Amino acid sequence: MLQMRSVSKQYPHRGRMVTALDAVTLEIPKGDYVAVVGPSGSGKSTLLLMFGGMMSPSAGQVLIEGQSLYALDAERRAALRKKKIGFVFQTFNLVPYLSAMENVQVPLFLAGVDDANQERQAASLLDRVGLTDRLDHKPSELSVGQQQRVALARMLANNPDVILADEPTGNLDPDTSRDILDFFEELNREGRTVVMVTHDVRAAQRARRVLRLVDGAIVNHERDETRSMPERRTDDMCGAEAR
Amino acid sequence: MRLRTIVWREIFERKNQLVTSFLAILLGISVIVSVKNITSYSEKAVARELDALGANILILPKSASLQDYYSSDMQDEEFPEEYVTRLATSDLQGLDNLSPKLSVPVDIQSRRVTLTGILPKNEFQAKASWQGAGIFSRPQGCGVVDVPGEAAPPAQETLVRRRVIDALGDTDALVGADVGASLGVKPNDTIQLLGKPFTVTAVLPQTGTVDDSRVFAHLHVVQKLAGKGPVVNAIEIVGCCNQISKGLVQKINQLLPEAKVVTITQIVDTQIKTNRMMSRLSVLFLGIIVLVGGASIANYMYANVFERRREIGTLMALGAGSSVVLRIFLLKALLLGLAGGIGGYVLGTVLAVVLGPRIAGVPVLPMLPLMPWALGVATAVSLLASYLPARRAARLDPCTALQEV
Repeated sequence: MLQMRSVSKQYPHRGRMVTALDAVTLEIPKGDYVAVVGPSGSGKSTLLLMFGGMMSPSAGQVLIEGQSLYALDAERRAALRKKKIGFVFQTFNLVPYLSAMENVQVPLFLAGVDDANQERQAASLLDRVGLTDRLDHKPSELSVGQQQRVALARMLANNPDVILADEPTGNLDPDTSRDILDFFEELNREGRTVVMVTHDVRAAQRARRVLRLVDGAIVNHERDETRSMPERRTDDMCGAEAR
Repeated sequence: MRLRTIVWREIFERKNQLVTSFLAILLGISVIVSVKNITSYSEKAVARELDALGANILILPKSASLQDYYSSDMQDEEFPEEYVTRLATSDLQGLDNLSPKLSVPVDIQSRRVTLTGILPKNEFQAKASWQGAGIFSRPQGCGVVDVPGEAAPPAQETLVRRRVIDALGDTDALVGADVGASLGVKPNDTIQLLGKPFTVTAVLPQTGTVDDSRVFAHLHVVQKLAGKGPVVNAIEIVGCCNQISKGLVQKINQLLPEAKVVTITQIVDTQIKTNRMMSRLSVLFLGIIVLVGGASIANYMYANVFERRREIGTLMALGAGSSVVLRIFLLKALLLGLAGGIGGYVLGTVLAVVLGPRIAGVPVLPMLPLMPWALGVATAVSLLASYLPARRAARLDPCTALQEV
C-alpha cells in the first residue's frame, strides 16, 4: 500500500515559495490502478517523485507498505526503489549508447544478477513486449513505440510491485498508446499497483481510479466500481525469473 | 552487463568529446617521459665524463690541505692503510674506485721524482673479508653508462682515467709521461727505485697533472722500500656525484673521524647543477601536465556529467546508489588515465630515442621503469581531476530524470 499523510511540498522559485503539494492525505491500496490528472504545475509529478523516493516532502510522511520512505537514507531508498518500484518515463529515458537488450539488463546488473541470467531475463522480457527481433538495436534505431516497449521491459526487469508511470503515452500515436495502456492493464491484473500521471483523458479512463490535482490539492476522486481489485500473481513470468 | 560495459560503451559513443582530454594527457605524459628519458641518459653521460676526469673525493691526514696535496704531491703525515679496509667494508653507497696512495721522493738517474705506491684492484678482490660487504659487492662504475658504439678505454689509460689499475706485480712500475720522456724510458726497461730493480710495464699517456711526473709501483712494495709500515698519505675516491650530493662526504667523515675528507667541489657541483636543472625541468613539465591535463580532464568530466544528468537520474530511478554513479565516472577516468599513460610512455620513448641524440648528443634507449611511473602519474592526474565532477554526479538529484513533466 502507498500512503501519504498530510504531505506538503514547498520549494523556492524565483525568490518566492511555491507550494507543489498542500497537505495531501492519500491511500493507494495494493493492486490499485490510479490515474493522476490535473493542469500543468498542479503537483502531479511531485506526487509521483515522492512515491518514487526521489523528492522528500517539506512536511508529512510518505509510506510504502508501512515503511516511511524518507526515514531511510538515500542509499536505502535507492535499494528500496530497485526492489519494489518500476519507473516509466514520458521520454523513455533509455540509455542511448546501449542496445535494447543492454538497457533492459541495467536494472538486473544493479540488482547483482549474473551476466548469463541478465541476458536470459532481458531477452525474455523483450520477447514479452514483442521486440524479440530488436535485441541489438540502439534506441535511435527504434521507433518511439518500440522505445517505450523497451522502457516497459526495463521497468519490469526487477519485477516491481509498484509501477510509477509519468505520461507513458505522452509521446505516442493513438494505436501505440492503446497497446501500452493494454499492457498496463495486464500488469495491473498481475497484481501490481500502477500510478500513472497523464494529461490524456482516454488514458485516465483506463484506470480504476482518477485523482484530480489542482494547486497541489486533491479536488476530485473518481472510482470505476465496475472493476475489482486483482490478486497479485506470484507465478508470473517476471516474478519467476527476476526474483 | 557490468559497470565496465556502461563505461566502455559510453566512451566509444562519445569518443570525439574525449579526444581533447586524451590528447592533453597523452602529450603531457609523452613530454615528461621523453624529458626524463633523455635526462637520465644525459646525466649518465655527464657522470661518465666527470668520472673520466678522475677522483672527486680525497681523504687526507687531518692537518693536510688540498693545496698541499697538489703543490707538493705528498704530505709528511700519513694515516693507517686500515682506513681503506674500513671504507671498503662499510655499507656506504656511491664509493667507486678506492685508490690508496703513499708517495715518497726518489732519485732516478740523478733526477728527483715522486714514487707513488698504489693498490691494484685485484688486491681488493683477494681480500675475502671485503667481499660480500664492501665496495666490490656493489655494481662497479656507478654513474657510468656503457654508451653503445663506444670502445672501452685502452688498458694503460685505466690508471689515468679511473684511478685504479687491475693488477700490478711486485716488480712492476708504471711511469708518468714526463718522467718517461726525460729519462728516455720505454716499456720493458728496467729502472732502479730505492735500490730495487723494477720493470717498466707501461709509460702512461700525458695527463697534464702531477701524475705525469710520477712513477707508480705496488703500494706494499713502496711501503716496505721506504721503511714505512702499513700507511698511506692519501686515498683518492671516485664517488658517485648524486651520492656526494646526498651527503656521502659527511658519512665518510663519520666513518673516518681522524682523517680529512675533501671534495673537489667544482667537478661535483657541475654535475649536481646539471642534475638539478634537469630535475627542475621535469618538475616544471609535471606541473604543466597536472595543471593543463588535469584542467582539461576536469572540464571534460564536468561537461560529461552535465550532459548525462538525465541518464544519471534514470540510473538512480532504476535503483543505482550514489556509489555506482561515482564508480562509473571514476572508472572512466581510470581508463582515460591508463590509455594516456601507456600512449604517453610509448610516444615519449619514441621521441626520446629519436630526438635524444640530436638534443642532448647522447644515445638514448627505452627505459621500462618509466612505464609504471607514466601510468601512475596519468591515472593519478585523471582520477584527481575527475573526482569532483564524479562526486557531483553521485550527488545529483534523481528528480532531474523526470523534470520534463
